[in-house]
Amino acid sequence: MPKIASTVAASAVAALFAVGAAQAQDKVKIGYAVSLSGPNAAGAAITTVPNYDLWIHDIEAAGGLKVGDKVLPVEVVKYDDQSSNEELIKAIERLANQDKVDLILPPWGTGMNLAAGPTFAKYGYPQPCATCATDHAYEMAAQWPTSMWMLGTSTMGANSLTEVLTKLHDAGTINNKVAMVSVEDAFGIELAVAARPALEQAGFELAMDESYPITTEDFSQLISAAAASGADTFVAFSYPPDTFGLSGTAVALNYNPPAFYTAVGTAFPVYRDVIMKGNTEGVLGIGGVNPDDPKYQDYAKRHMEVTGQEPDRWASPVTYASLEMLQQAIERVGSLDKAAIIDELRNGTFDTVAGTIKLDKGVNTNVWWAGQWHDGEFHGLAPSTMAGAAEPYAPKPAWKPAE
Amino acid sequence: MVAVDIILSGVILGGIYAMVALGLTLQYGVARILNLAYGELLIAGAFGAYWLYSSHAVGPLVGLIVIVPVAFLANWAIYTYLLTPLVRRAPSREALEADSILFTFGLLFVLQGLGLAIFGGQIYGYPYLRIPVEIAGVAVQANRLVAAAVALAIGIGFYLAMTRTRVGTAVRAIAVDPSAASLVAIDVPRFSALVFAAGGALCAAAGVLISMSQTFTVTSGIVFTMKALVIVIMGGAGNLAGTLIAGLVLGLVEVAVARLIDPGLTLAANFLIILAVLMVRPAGLFGRSA
Repeated sequence: MPKIASTVAASAVAALFAVGAAQAQDKVKIGYAVSLSGPNAAGAAITTVPNYDLWIHDIEAAGGLKVGDKVLPVEVVKYDDQSSNEELIKAIERLANQDKVDLILPPWGTGMNLAAGPTFAKYGYPQPCATCATDHAYEMAAQWPTSMWMLGTSTMGANSLTEVLTKLHDAGTINNKVAMVSVEDAFGIELAVAARPALEQAGFELAMDESYPITTEDFSQLISAAAASGADTFVAFSYPPDTFGLSGTAVALNYNPPAFYTAVGTAFPVYRDVIMKGNTEGVLGIGGVNPDDPKYQDYAKRHMEVTGQEPDRWASPVTYASLEMLQQAIERVGSLDKAAIIDELRNGTFDTVAGTIKLDKGVNTNVWWAGQWHDGEFHGLAPSTMAGAAEPYAPKPAWKPAE
Repeated sequence: MVAVDIILSGVILGGIYAMVALGLTLQYGVARILNLAYGELLIAGAFGAYWLYSSHAVGPLVGLIVIVPVAFLANWAIYTYLLTPLVRRAPSREALEADSILFTFGLLFVLQGLGLAIFGGQIYGYPYLRIPVEIAGVAVQANRLVAAAVALAIGIGFYLAMTRTRVGTAVRAIAVDPSAASLVAIDVPRFSALVFAAGGALCAAAGVLISMSQTFTVTSGIVFTMKALVIVIMGGAGNLAGTLIAGLVLGLVEVAVARLIDPGLTLAANFLIILAVLMVRPAGLFGRSA
């Protein structure tokens, strides 16, 4: 009796597999959960969602995704994680178990991806995270073999900034004093912790070193104190709302240090066009692109055409590049075998809109970490080993007062 | 020099805080609606200013002329058509407070959902009056100075209207005791609707003033609801003078702590003074004990 039962069960399972295989061959199901509401929605709306839309659009325009010798149409399942870790995990579980998708695209942000890591690993889906930056990248890449850390580590950010400031100091355009402020949250803290020794080793002195809570709305005290510090360089390891707040306040108080650096959000088109409206020339920040790369030019043009907005100049091209990598890996593997795709992602070399990418133990080190607004474009400056790295300049022109 | 800077910046921040809380103290103190969607309505005012500025080149101060009446009507409609059934049904003021919390909590999500559908999740803002103004040797931001000046002018004007006019007296009577107020021929339901609407108009005006110097998103309303609640409770619900003073105190303390001790301790300082106030005067600085 048990034997019959097991035979029946076995054939049922075999039948299920056959159905599954048949299904997997007529289309590719792609799922994702990102923050469409809640505090993370702003970041996701700028960087992640437009690139997912663009990629899907590109696949559909090409008639489908090439898997083996077939070109299969794609079906997309998407959920709003409401900026909540619990909702995110539920959505990924649902995508894996209920919707039975072939691929799951990563959520937006370091925190969300750290929360989702174990679930991606549990179901074996590749997680090429393009909006994550943490000093734990190597640790996490080792812990979850499914994860890929496309922006590298926070220390790279601090080192790239130091590289830029050293160049400016060597050229005699700034003194060796730096006024540094940082937001009291994971990424701001990591950057500040990495920057202190890096700047000191390069011969810089911190004339001001203060942190502020993430809820800060009034930045006049920080800017006044920085202005009084005697430093030629202002550095803010900030998030988008405070990047915008600090920059606006610097303009309003006519604080014009020769080198002005703000972190996340500086590379957003909205920073150039709306928040600072014509007042970004010479501003330094996190990210960068190589505007002379024809691949990037073509990408930026299509991003605008398809999504109606320009890409941000940091994680946007990297997000699209991670999708290109996924697509190229599937083509090379010739199937939707997740383990094989992950193996290819981790070990292959890929030609993308963000340049040639080859991961180092699951971490991408070939990424812009410092850039400068110049003639309306955010030029990548460092790491200077990157192809097309521009030279920084200082002093930036004085702010134009906004009436 | 630093002292002047702190006092000036503190008064500016405090003036804006007081403005943020003024509408809530009317809605909560007089109309007895604990409006959890208050911050969303404030953000709606900010988006109104942004829209007028970016697509019609209308500055925010001129924009107030359009936004304030629209907000008044919208809030009057919310009270008359959506909240009146709750008011009629509620057996007591406490029951109305509980019902209004539930209702406005729902309203919060409706407004956020609408906002997300229209504006998406992005960060909004616009450059306005980003020039320094020198006062007593200290540079302050013109946009914040103007916002605070307008806020304080509106706040003091409102306070005078409440204390010097018959309508104001009637409104204060409702705040103190609605059933006694109706005994002396005050039309409590009608006044409550008007006060709620006036609170909403002030709230939208605060949103406009804030948008002049700060960025905002569809979902950033909750921060303002919290701040307003803290100030209203500290000043005594329904008390305009209390709200103005509590707002100023909060602004001064925040700026002083940020400059003299550590910007990271502003939140802690916030809650410390609230604790201190509530321990000494449980009904708030100017509140009447129940």
